[in-house]
Amino acid sequence: MTETPVSKPGQTEVWITGIGLATSLGEGLDANWAALQDKRINVDENGFAPYVVHPLMPVSFDSQIPKKGDQRQMEAWQRIGTYAAGLALDSAGIKGNKDILSKIDMVVAAGGGERDLNVDTGVLTAEAKGANAPGFLNERLMSDLRPTLFLAQLSNLLAGNIAIVHGLGGTSRTFMGEEVAGADAARIALARIASGESDIALVGGSHNGERKDLLVLYEFGDFNLKDKFAPVWARKDHAGFALGSAGAFLVLESRTHAEARGAKPFAKLASVVADLARRKQPGDMAATLEKLWAQLPKREGKGAIITGATGAEPATSEERGFLKRHTDFPVRSTGTMFGHTMETQFPLGLALAALSISRGALFPPNDSTGTEIEMQGAPTQIVVVGAGHWRGEGMALVEAAS
Amino acid sequence: MTAPRDKLGRPVVVVTGMGIMTSLGAGKADNWSKLVAGESGIRTITRFPVDGLRTTMAGTVDFVSVDPFSSTALSERMAELVTQEALDQAGIGAKGDFPGPLFLAVAPVEVEWPQRRELGRVVGKLDFNYDDLLRISGGGKFTAYHHRFMFGSVAAHLAEAFGTKGSPISLSTACASGATSIQLGVEAIRRGETDAALCVATDGTVNPEALVRFSLLSALSTQNEPPQAASRPFSKNRDGFVMAEGAGALVLESYEAATARGAKILGVIAGCGELTDSFHRTRSSPDGKPIIGCMKKTLADAGMEPGQIDHINAHGTATPENDKMEFNTTSAVFGELVQKIPVTSNKSMVGHTISAAGAVEAIFSLLTLEHQRIPPTINYETPDPTILFDVVANTARDARVTAVMSNSFGFGGQNASLILTREPA
Repeated sequence: MTETPVSKPGQTEVWITGIGLATSLGEGLDANWAALQDKRINVDENGFAPYVVHPLMPVSFDSQIPKKGDQRQMEAWQRIGTYAAGLALDSAGIKGNKDILSKIDMVVAAGGGERDLNVDTGVLTAEAKGANAPGFLNERLMSDLRPTLFLAQLSNLLAGNIAIVHGLGGTSRTFMGEEVAGADAARIALARIASGESDIALVGGSHNGERKDLLVLYEFGDFNLKDKFAPVWARKDHAGFALGSAGAFLVLESRTHAEARGAKPFAKLASVVADLARRKQPGDMAATLEKLWAQLPKREGKGAIITGATGAEPATSEERGFLKRHTDFPVRSTGTMFGHTMETQFPLGLALAALSISRGALFPPNDSTGTEIEMQGAPTQIVVVGAGHWRGEGMALVEAAS
Repeated sequence: MTAPRDKLGRPVVVVTGMGIMTSLGAGKADNWSKLVAGESGIRTITRFPVDGLRTTMAGTVDFVSVDPFSSTALSERMAELVTQEALDQAGIGAKGDFPGPLFLAVAPVEVEWPQRRELGRVVGKLDFNYDDLLRISGGGKFTAYHHRFMFGSVAAHLAEAFGTKGSPISLSTACASGATSIQLGVEAIRRGETDAALCVATDGTVNPEALVRFSLLSALSTQNEPPQAASRPFSKNRDGFVMAEGAGALVLESYEAATARGAKILGVIAGCGELTDSFHRTRSSPDGKPIIGCMKKTLADAGMEPGQIDHINAHGTATPENDKMEFNTTSAVFGELVQKIPVTSNKSMVGHTISAAGAVEAIFSLLTLEHQRIPPTINYETPDPTILFDVVANTARDARVTAVMSNSFGFGGQNASLILTREPA
């Protein structure tokens, strides 16, 4: 398939002016940065054994979602996202700014469908014991499902909750489709701002990795990491991803809009591209990554790569092949540090790229295979890579704002 | 026809291909003839037992079969069929090589009950928990379930089958999804990223749990007998919407690209707009400001005044709240004109096709422009005296129609409107 359009040079420059993170490593930029510096990983090998997950570092939801009633209307994935979105608005200095929030455009990458496990197993075990009346399932669902659970499951209700809790009144679009949905959300928001359709946007996603229904879904394809944690690059003979919990949101803004309100950039979002490799033959995905790499604006500065490589095969080996062609770019894997947060992994990568640029250093490697190497000096250009465990490839270039 | 650019200097976006499927049937011809004849596609559900349900009817698409059955597989198959119809009409690109991106409105995907029950059977015990299900899920027995129940699966399939370019976008803005898919296509063409876009919306989710979910929110009509009379937009005795299945596909092109290749232009997407309501998860802000703002933004986007709209294809779900709110907000935008503009709700006949509705109704709006005939709102026997729309009651009406506004409002504060015209302004 051919290229996704790239925003043209000379169009409006787009800055990242706000970042909100709530992850397995902690809440906020300082806590996440400190954990990355210490190579601290929060992994749980027991709670969902044999499956490995990266649980959310507990946060006080009240500070971003003050009404308990709102919290009750959400399931964990929505609470995490609404919380992280609030942090991003705070970080951009626009929390509570009605003028800006009334026009902000939201593009959210979401999954959904958090199940009530007791209802599911209740129905299945009753059926195993012989309940076979024609209306049995209907009656059980009518009596056992919480009426509001539906709203906690609907994909677009992450955006809906963010709008309600933080008072956002612009536009709202929700993209689905696993990992690449996160790249597409950033791609569309960037294109809209770059072309003048929008001035400012909230972009991101959230994921609750501590869910057995999700483990079932990925277990169908034998994608879950089992028994023991290892860095993403060291899973070749023990492939899989460890689901992670995280919310990652960014405020993207035209340079003009940011300067008019005196906002400082973490970094510039120069380009986001995405594609769908057919992945029928070995090398298909690596070729698509190579093509996306060529579509990014020229890299002339001190570069690095932050990838959301999952640890699942064959995608991770394909990506390793691509990375080997670009060994002059030090690599960091968010999957090792945060687990696999699906739709959120790409926004998380963008956030860490912007943070690294603004703090003048790439975070240290955490890998025994030699794929990740030390980087000296401050990165000025970071390529964010997001290749899905099954389908979809995305890439972005984050640069130091001049 | 006139300039290839609109009043704001952007490329004019035209429609050159359309495909549609609803409970009324497959294809534009069948749907249109039944729609203007005032036929209902709503019937008692036969796909699964309805015992114990408050609502027992829906606008199901039973004439398309998929095996193994799942709502997602049905959504995918319907999307495939309507896309083929749209491409056949547009005559664009080559087989398996569509020259632009795909924007797909699709219901959120999840593992469904037939598959969940299969897991239970494989566990093979009388008492078990989720860990037992988890333990038997791997090892390759259910690999097909993984592929089927990825959120991106339908879009990936369509992208591969029709050779759309780049990363296909799967989107959900609830009941506004179909309109959003069109809006994304319009924006991509206006930005000059592409000359063509494929906008598809599909929903095949009439299954027990989906029905129960809407039922528990008291959103569905329970007037089960006769099913054809259940969906009563703008009537005093309306009591909720009727779930339905369907799909719509539109080939969008820049006016310039379409005319350059000599394509027949079926209509123009003159304007689109959206505005979020942050009042409540399922209810509109009582002052209606977000919906009013949405319609006004759409008029502004089209560079048009309210007086230039001569038909409104309403969201018209037949829930007590929606229809009232839609009248109040439309009044606020259109003033006294509100009683003079013919309004209709296709949902009276095809039900609410949820994720597909915005595209399905945009296509019906374009067919209205083509035929200069407005399909009726059936079951309009007892008008709601507080809703003073000029409802096209029960029988189709011939009318001069040059510009249609089509509205979609959804859970999560999603509002989207489109303005469709016959020719570029």
